[in-house]
Amino acid sequence: MSASDVSDYRRREESITLAPVDQQVVEAEGQQLELLTINMGPHHPATHGVLRLLVTLEGEVVRDCKPIVGYVHTGIEKTAEDKAYWKAIPVLERMDYLAYYFNAMAFCNAVEVLLDVEVPKRAQYLRVIHLELNRIASHLIWLGTSALDLGAISIFWYCLREREKALDLFEYSSGQRMHTRYIQVGGVFEDIPRGWEAHCRSFIADMVVRADQYAAILDRNEIVLRRLRNIAVVDEQRLLALGVTGPLLRAAGNPWDLRKATPYSSYEDFDFRIPVGTVGDNYDRYRVRLAEIYESCKIVEQALDGLPEGDFITKDRKVALPPRHELGTSMEALIHHFKLVTEGYRVPAGEVYYPIESPRGELGCFVRADGSSKPARVHMRDPSFVNLQALPEMVRDGYVADLIASLAMLDPILGGIDR
Amino acid sequence: MPDATGLELIAQDLREADPGAAIDTVYFRERATLIVSPPSVRTALQRLRERGFGFLASVHGVDYYPEEPRLGVLYELLDMEDGDRLTLKARVHTEEPTIASVVDLFPTANHQEREVYDMFGVVFEGHPDLRRILMPEDYEGYPQRRDFPVGGEPVIFTFNERRTGSYTE
Repeated sequence: MSASDVSDYRRREESITLAPVDQQVVEAEGQQLELLTINMGPHHPATHGVLRLLVTLEGEVVRDCKPIVGYVHTGIEKTAEDKAYWKAIPVLERMDYLAYYFNAMAFCNAVEVLLDVEVPKRAQYLRVIHLELNRIASHLIWLGTSALDLGAISIFWYCLREREKALDLFEYSSGQRMHTRYIQVGGVFEDIPRGWEAHCRSFIADMVVRADQYAAILDRNEIVLRRLRNIAVVDEQRLLALGVTGPLLRAAGNPWDLRKATPYSSYEDFDFRIPVGTVGDNYDRYRVRLAEIYESCKIVEQALDGLPEGDFITKDRKVALPPRHELGTSMEALIHHFKLVTEGYRVPAGEVYYPIESPRGELGCFVRADGSSKPARVHMRDPSFVNLQALPEMVRDGYVADLIASLAMLDPILGGIDR
Repeated sequence: MPDATGLELIAQDLREADPGAAIDTVYFRERATLIVSPPSVRTALQRLRERGFGFLASVHGVDYYPEEPRLGVLYELLDMEDGDRLTLKARVHTEEPTIASVVDLFPTANHQEREVYDMFGVVFEGHPDLRRILMPEDYEGYPQRRDFPVGGEPVIFTFNERRTGSYTE
């Protein structure tokens, strides 16, 4: 971009006044109507993060909507290129900050494919348990904030109450409530501690009851039905063309779920169903996500029942740290430990794109390795970033109040969009 | 995933229609990559879409510095019937980083091509609205290129704003 472009842009920006602008004058029964372009965000509680929407209104009807993103761009992909593989996990986890296990999972899986490392069965099950707990926690935040956008505050407190319990479980197993760095290349950071399973089972048993209670409050609620039914319908083919995945696509009737379609991390061992909608409106989106909470509970229960004995991380000492007790007795373990902590492991050159099913859709991690101990390129195909393109089509010719509801049902996470 | 033979068959099929549409194939860790010349990207994607790869999962850029041509644009395709995935890759030089946009074929490419343009400076010809998406509109340089330094830009806090000047000037 040359210098003249810059000043041109500045001039344009400085020329903006707050005076009303005649955009497009439509004759209607002798009256003159004009479109009003207003700016929603970036600081607006209902935009679920620092999302800016340039909305063109005709009265209260949205005629056009342009999402503008980038306000929380922190260059995580660039930062990851400067870190050894195992040090890149914590920064990548902070992209989609409600689905941190998923970010780590996508990256670790891609690196494992590059390294050709086998993940032990127990580690795969432990990963699944934590991923599904994280999916529940993420959906709870979505449900709480969406209900808040519709004017219901009590659901928000109920959802956060349950989410706290999920975060307690994360803290119990890894020491952190968010951004746990639990999933490692080759397995997980530690086996679950004693007593964790019982806590997890009681949480799941409780969660099913709580989800029933949310459903009892919301499913046939007059306000919810009026605000969500037949609003923001986009048909399945259009969603596919826009690259939309996850609950939004499933609400339109397409049962595409990577956990079923191309199972990874032993998802084929579990018996669960894919909730789908019929109309593809906001109400279906709400029902699909709520139903997913039950399915996640089922998966966690089955994974706890079938949790195999064995290692929680690969025995490959070139990738995973040796156990602490070996360091005092084994010279070899000490050398491996030193190499891993100082330089990290080298990954053979190659490129891998690894997609997983995050709470919001297909989360794909592309990693290019150049043979050194740092990734040459990490890219996350974040579902929120792609799904956001469907927003203008969802809200066009609807009311501005429905824009807020549709945005809530889209469930964008700006940390993931801007990265 | 198509296996190594399947990949060659796809490549052969594409070559018959357009010789530039499949320069090379890479089969690595059971993942198939098809390398095409930049002018053939559209025809190749069109042909693959007819073959069932109807879903464009992701478009992203890679900088292969110091190799030439430096910039790569990758299209991750998905066949939802079979669950097959295929990567299409085109390499362009930094001096003339142009590639045809595929927004009209796959509307999902809109934001993703803008991101590649923003981060790597690849110009997608025919894109309806090719502007920066994550970086500020008046930003100079392409931050994801390998020769762009990490931390190459001073962080402006209010206390040092006067000293460093605004980055837009």
